Amino acid sequence: MTGIARLEMRGISKQYYGNRVLKGVSFSLGKGEILSLVGENGAGKSTLMNILFGMPVIHATGGFDGEIYLDGEKAEIRSPEEAMKLGIGMVHQEFMLLPGFSITENIKLNRETTRASLLSKIFGKPLRWLDMPSMKTDARVSMDAIGLGIDEMLPVKGLPVGHMQFVEIARELDKKNIRLLVLDEPTAVLTESDADKLLEAMKILTNKGISILFISHRLDEVMAASDKIVILRDGEQIADTRPAETTIEKIAEIMVGRKIESTEMRGRPVESIRDDYILQIRDLSVAMPGETVKTINLDVKRGEILGIGGLAGQGKIGIANGIMGLFPSAGTVRKNDKPVLLNNAHASLGNGMAFVSEDRRGTGLLLDDSIEFNIVATAVQVQGKFMKSGAISTFDSKSVTEYAKKMIQDLDIRCTGPEQLARRLSGGNQQKVCIARAITLEPNLLFVSEPTRGIDIGAKRLILDHLIKMNREEELTIIMTSSELAELRSVCDRIAIVYQGMLEGILLPTDSDRDFGLMMAGEYHKFHGKEAV
Amino acid sequence: MRLFQKNIVPILFIIICSIGFYYSGLSWMFFANDLLTRLARNSFLVISLIIPVLAGMGLNFGIVLGAMAGQFAAFITVVYNMTGIAGFFMACLMSIPFAILFGWLTGILFNKAKGKEMITGLILGFFANGLYQLVCLIFIGWIIPISNKSLLLPSGIGFVNTLDLKIWQYAIDKFYVFRLRGITTPVLKYLNNINFPVLTLIVVAFLCMCVYLLFRTKLGQDFRAVGQNRHIAEVAGIKVDKVRIIAVIFSTVLAAWGQLIFLQNIGNVQVYGSHVQVGTFAVAALLIGGASVSKATIGQALLGTVLFHALFIVSPLAGKNIMGSAQVGEYFRVFIAYGVIGIALALHAWQRLAKKKNE
Repeated sequence: MTGIARLEMRGISKQYYGNRVLKGVSFSLGKGEILSLVGENGAGKSTLMNILFGMPVIHATGGFDGEIYLDGEKAEIRSPEEAMKLGIGMVHQEFMLLPGFSITENIKLNRETTRASLLSKIFGKPLRWLDMPSMKTDARVSMDAIGLGIDEMLPVKGLPVGHMQFVEIARELDKKNIRLLVLDEPTAVLTESDADKLLEAMKILTNKGISILFISHRLDEVMAASDKIVILRDGEQIADTRPAETTIEKIAEIMVGRKIESTEMRGRPVESIRDDYILQIRDLSVAMPGETVKTINLDVKRGEILGIGGLAGQGKIGIANGIMGLFPSAGTVRKNDKPVLLNNAHASLGNGMAFVSEDRRGTGLLLDDSIEFNIVATAVQVQGKFMKSGAISTFDSKSVTEYAKKMIQDLDIRCTGPEQLARRLSGGNQQKVCIARAITLEPNLLFVSEPTRGIDIGAKRLILDHLIKMNREEELTIIMTSSELAELRSVCDRIAIVYQGMLEGILLPTDSDRDFGLMMAGEYHKFHGKEAV
Repeated sequence: MRLFQKNIVPILFIIICSIGFYYSGLSWMFFANDLLTRLARNSFLVISLIIPVLAGMGLNFGIVLGAMAGQFAAFITVVYNMTGIAGFFMACLMSIPFAILFGWLTGILFNKAKGKEMITGLILGFFANGLYQLVCLIFIGWIIPISNKSLLLPSGIGFVNTLDLKIWQYAIDKFYVFRLRGITTPVLKYLNNINFPVLTLIVVAFLCMCVYLLFRTKLGQDFRAVGQNRHIAEVAGIKVDKVRIIAVIFSTVLAAWGQLIFLQNIGNVQVYGSHVQVGTFAVAALLIGGASVSKATIGQALLGTVLFHALFIVSPLAGKNIMGSAQVGEYFRVFIAYGVIGIALALHAWQRLAKKKNE
């Protein structure tokens, strides 16, 4: 690359509430180049893009450290508006289109061409007429440039997602000063042929001298499209490379590669657990927004700890929520060879299953109730425990308090006493209360979702240890869903990886980083298929 | 079938009105004249609701504050004895600063209660009524001196219950009244002997036109964009909070004018009561016209006003004729006003549910 870089980011660091999510990221991107950012969820890609685009969330949490240069000039980007003025365009992960507006209105949103009106001469710009014909022409030009041939006056509502993505790009292209375009997982929602078209459109843009920052989980696209690749992991810049110098395998390995000692892996050898299935899932689909499960087939062995991993949005979270009846689901689930009634939380709980939700403060806890009530609430509801029998059964608060005290001791819940409100506890202690409640049901199958999200290391350790202890001593089968692969590998006996709502494969904790990386990116079978040929 | 489903709310009310009209035994001429008067005097309050609906703020119960602004302006014209059509337009002009101030404050409050504008507006109306009474009942004659003692309560503090607005009653309604005569065409002959308050209708039509044209400007486009999705509008660089405040200010100013049009027809102002029901009645009318909390048009506002007031005209008499008691008729009047809000909202919710199932 010669001359001044189009974009240069120098030593970008950012922390949220003392939690460092970006640690000194630096890279440069030349004119008309495509740079790909890859990394797992939580690696810091989105934060980096939010910084570049001046999103309010960054500045509301204390700004960031480091410097951004655009064409050699230092850029201070404090709002999306300023970013746009500087010629930075962004296609967001979720669509930023107004369904009730036509394609033209969306492309020209807040950049409408206007004509003077009588009132605008008195009251100023806001009362200028919209100049629809010229807006239509502009929209047509941008749409033609990327080969989107549909009518520019169609409403966006009802367009196929592929077209919506192109409308987004046409909108960015319509910004006349555009220099740098950020594409945040643009192909995630596209079919393969649409994705190919998109990659072509990207080439058209770069030929016009527009630089592109490309974020994708599809590593084959990254290899095909980019000039440069930057790999992030836990907020750190792990590697800079070029497609010619690397392979998909290598990227996958570097992306995941969190050093984990084999002594830390506490899973047991597969042979030691008998093929006796406690739960058999067939063709399960779950309509959980953002975590849709398409078809899952999975067998869970009695007494094992099964991990469910995968990237955010691929559906791993949906499985437990579906089986526990929290989101509409279909398919067959058999527990101990008897069918489980789906879409009925009460039935699932009564069936010896318990669930520690990933949504601790929403689904998991009654925030304004005491610890003791939180611990026993589900058991009281579902099993009628802690009730004095009589003509009218009443709540036995004495035994509840005693039981809660025991739980507080067992799980080391740091609190002022069983009467303390759940809201006042720290995240780790709240999670312990959630687990205590699940145990109170005396389940034989426990679902645990994201047990350590947002929890300090000490509490993390204790929670994971307790899960293992219950598994080993009480033969409790545990299905643990987590975004943290290292955590799954340290605790689980087997790990199922979910990709696009389907089971991609099952790995052992001891399998290589490479295989985990490939599976999470959905490349495993493609890759191993190719190898076999 | 789809058209029927989409317009189920107005269709239901057309049927109810027809039945009511049949049982009321009213003459067509009386009914039509009354309806036209009511359309002229009430439609504008209903139209004032459209902008906030399209800006995504739901039904603005806060127009009660606009009505108060209008009434303050009306009081000033009474105190200074500004008469006739000039007095009326003076009142319209003077209501603007009040309405802008109230609208601005309402807008700020709504921005702090995003997504809960409707309930906030409703409660704000009650709260504002307290302040309004403080001013009219305590400050007037005490902090704010009034020379004309006949406007005050015997104690010399606070306005009397009813202020006469004869000084500009019918200022625009009777400016020019057009009456059709001697039409013999079969259907159109029913229009004979109906009085058209021409200037009022022109004013209403003109303001409708302005609202319509507003949505063809940049500002109108911003309203609609913010109404559809605040987050996306914000990312596109639209100053969402500011746009929302402007929407409320427009609504409040229009409501102030609407209240003045209403008062010039009635000819007096119930100092402590005229504004109270404004929000609920206007909302009920808009909903009956087929609007929802997220979609409303001028046509729906006008249709809704016609249907709501048709029901108002026929229900007491119909109630009396069916049940044999005028008291029951009166009960019907109130029952219907609030009942329709409930029914319309329930029907909209049901429609949404049906739509979701179809998808």
